Amino acid sequence: MHLAPLTYLSAAGTRAGITLPLTWFTLAIAILVCVIIAIILWMGVKRAQSRGGAAETRSAALLRGASGLNWIGVGLLISAVPLLITLVWTMVALARVGTPPQHPAFTIDVTGRQWWWDVRYDATDPEKTFATANEIHIPVGQPVLVRLHGGDVIHSFWVPKLSGKTDTIPGQVNVTWLEASRPGRFVGQCTEYCGWQHAHMAFEVVAEPPADFERWRAAQLQPAPEPTTPDQKRGMAWVEYRCGSCHRVAGTTAGATAAPDLTHLMSRHKIAAGTLVNTPGTLAGWIQLPQQVKPGALMPNQYLTGQQLSDTLAYLETLK
Amino acid sequence: MRAADYRTPLIGVDSVEHQSKLMRLWETEPGLKGFLTTVDHKQIGIRYIVTAFILLAVGGIEALVMRLQLAGPNLSLLTPEQYDELFSTHGMTMIFLYASPVLSGFSNYLWPLLLGSRDMAFPRVNALSYWIYLASAIFLYAGFLTGHGPNDGWFNYVPYANHDYNPGLNEDFYSLGMVLLGISVTAGAANFIVTAMRTRAPGMSINKVPILIWGTLTANAANLVVVPAVSLAFFLLWMDRQFGTHFYDSHAGGQPLLWQHLFWIFGHPWVYAIVLPAMGMVSDGLPVFCRRPLVGYSVVALSTVATMILGFGVWVHHMFATGLPGLGLSFFSGASIVIVIPSAVAVFAWLATIWLGRPVITTAFLYFSSMILLFVIGGVSGFMTASVPVDWQLTDTYFVVAHIHYVLIGINLFPVLGGAYFWFPKMTGRFLDERLGRWNFWTTFIGFNLAFLPMHLTGLLGMPRRVYTYADGMGWDTLNLITTVGSFVLAIGILLFFINVFRSLRSGVPAGANPWDAPTLEWAVSSPPPPYNFAVIPTVASRHPLWEGRLGEDGIVSSVDRGMLLDEGKETIGTTALDADPDMILEMPEDSFAPLLLAIGASLVFVGLLLKSWTLAGVACAIALIALVLWLWPRRDLREREPAHG
Repeated sequence: MHLAPLTYLSAAGTRAGITLPLTWFTLAIAILVCVIIAIILWMGVKRAQSRGGAAETRSAALLRGASGLNWIGVGLLISAVPLLITLVWTMVALARVGTPPQHPAFTIDVTGRQWWWDVRYDATDPEKTFATANEIHIPVGQPVLVRLHGGDVIHSFWVPKLSGKTDTIPGQVNVTWLEASRPGRFVGQCTEYCGWQHAHMAFEVVAEPPADFERWRAAQLQPAPEPTTPDQKRGMAWVEYRCGSCHRVAGTTAGATAAPDLTHLMSRHKIAAGTLVNTPGTLAGWIQLPQQVKPGALMPNQYLTGQQLSDTLAYLETLK
Repeated sequence: MRAADYRTPLIGVDSVEHQSKLMRLWETEPGLKGFLTTVDHKQIGIRYIVTAFILLAVGGIEALVMRLQLAGPNLSLLTPEQYDELFSTHGMTMIFLYASPVLSGFSNYLWPLLLGSRDMAFPRVNALSYWIYLASAIFLYAGFLTGHGPNDGWFNYVPYANHDYNPGLNEDFYSLGMVLLGISVTAGAANFIVTAMRTRAPGMSINKVPILIWGTLTANAANLVVVPAVSLAFFLLWMDRQFGTHFYDSHAGGQPLLWQHLFWIFGHPWVYAIVLPAMGMVSDGLPVFCRRPLVGYSVVALSTVATMILGFGVWVHHMFATGLPGLGLSFFSGASIVIVIPSAVAVFAWLATIWLGRPVITTAFLYFSSMILLFVIGGVSGFMTASVPVDWQLTDTYFVVAHIHYVLIGINLFPVLGGAYFWFPKMTGRFLDERLGRWNFWTTFIGFNLAFLPMHLTGLLGMPRRVYTYADGMGWDTLNLITTVGSFVLAIGILLFFINVFRSLRSGVPAGANPWDAPTLEWAVSSPPPPYNFAVIPTVASRHPLWEGRLGEDGIVSSVDRGMLLDEGKETIGTTALDADPDMILEMPEDSFAPLLLAIGASLVFVGLLLKSWTLAGVACAIALIALVLWLWPRRDLREREPAHG
């Protein structure tokens, strides 16, 4: 299933793992029912003695026939078996996937926004609090509680390999949880229609061994490094002046939270909510003309001069 | 509908003089005046059907444009804004302006004929509900054509639909248009219910009515209950948008989920309302081509009602992912699984009817019988989404898009097309061409399944719905291309149907009164039926009055050529609700401008509200008031007023 990153016909986490057999079971039942009914129907229609039109219909004799009620009775009895199994299995599975873990490793707050994901780690402990965007790291084998907030309109948080969907709704906090059973990069996607760029509102969940995760977390807790070269310094000033009205870079005066936190921008695999692979080239293109990549996105085209752009990139590339 | 004096109607037999007397009483004036004033249910029914089919074509073209955009990854035929308005308008058109009105059209046309009556219970209300339907379609499309089409999907979730995120007039057109349409649906629903309860031919007790009556009756009873919820929802949205109320605004104590509850309390019963009458068409049409009565009439009728009752308790299955408590979810999950049972009753009844009968394959039969399979496919995919954990994965992917299309095309469009082949001879006096019909059927069937069967897999591979484009490398490219090809094949199938209709209208083979040798009362009158439907009111003794004596039953004799004459005015007979005992003579209204005028007034009110032009709204209210006064003015011929010196 590597060919389809968003498929839920394979699982890599606890919640998705509990659901998957039930999905296969109901899918198998569904296909089986269709095949059986198709065969009964086909054989029934094949019995037709005449084909044609009204004249053939009129000339065919009427038939009182058997009452046929046993068809309905037997049919319902047979149907009741898979229905009952599904009902019980559903309730059991629901109890297991619907109950959040009592002792999660930690909690993250995810806010759905047009059209990106704001991610905050461990909001209860100021020492360990940091923000990132569109990329969530979790340690393999440990349950992580996710509180979902609606930042503007309704979105839906979905990582098919790990967990089904939960909506992010303004005015309420929904809860879901992630627990990966193996390391990997798992694609997530907004699945509640939320406006023009609903199509480009993806994210990634990176499940890694606990030691790697701790290294990542320690790195994320660091503020941005001081610029060293002249072009980096000019770039930082430019970022503080222009980007800082929406974005934040920890350790600088760029402190707004209306847009993704850029403190560790270059540690992320993708930009623009999963739309572009993060390379200097795509980053430059995105900064200059986001409206061509994601028409309607809240980030305006920047039209920087060549010098301004290369300075900005020089600085941004230090944000690892 | 008004009780006449208590004279006893004369019983007699049909005669030429009697028919010409009735003709004078019932015939609609030719020309423009007649066109604008008629209250004849047959003309209104055909108008509903024609309007709905035009909108089907429009909604279909919208779908084709979207399918071109989705034919491959990263295409840019449409901007996101255009795509969003297209998919929203497509949904609105198909669900609200095609699927329900087309069934209202068939039922409007057929009901009095099936029931042995001369018109619907409230003919002027009938005209009103059509005119308002037409007006709301024009209203909603005026928005689309001026670049203000709905852009938040047909279920239109807040806050995205609210002013902060959607400042244009798009959602105001949609909100007000839907409230206007709600008036039409409500008026129509009340009319259907009273018609079913009070205008059945003498002897046609409630257990003898065709299943189509059960389907439409049940659907409209539901509409009467649930349409207020959605009208309220849209009205509150409009208030939020234009007057700063906060019903849905979480920043001021409002609740975004209130919208979803109000919408789906309506929305799910509505899904049944747009399939149950179509299932009724299959239950009545299929047996004719199987040359035997429907298997399990009583259980099918009861399961129709049971589906609707359970249908009131499943709306939350559209909201499984909204964070509601688990206990609530399990209730709605259970109800959604259990609702499979009454649907299964119908499937087994149809299969048994085919197996225990002697099927004759006609185009109508092909549509009716293939619908059984499409119904099952749409049903089992619905069954999968009923299981909460599975739904958390399936929901809002293309799996659900495939599901809804199997439900709406499979259980609505296929029966409707079958019904068109079946009843076209009754409506026009000519057959639809059978040869072209086969091409029409197979193109439609193959195109539809080619488009939508692979779409289940697209969904299982994770493609979210309502995306205007998708990246490559997601595994969806080939499947989407197949769907696009299939959708064009389906469109060609529908085009063949339209061609068949136009050709057959002019040069179709003439059909007699009962071309299929069918059992129910509509086939007892000429094709097309006279304006008064029945020259004498029939008396009904069984479910299949025209098959009596040929099914080995004794002593059951309905009478279609001798009965009440009722020719002293525009009259039909009113009967009791359960047993259909004759009860009163109903004086039916003449053709009238009042319904059209009221519809114009009511629609202009909504135009005034949209423009916030209180003057226009006020003038429009005055027009509506004048229309109501005209309408309600007591008339002697309706026995609403006694003669001055009586």
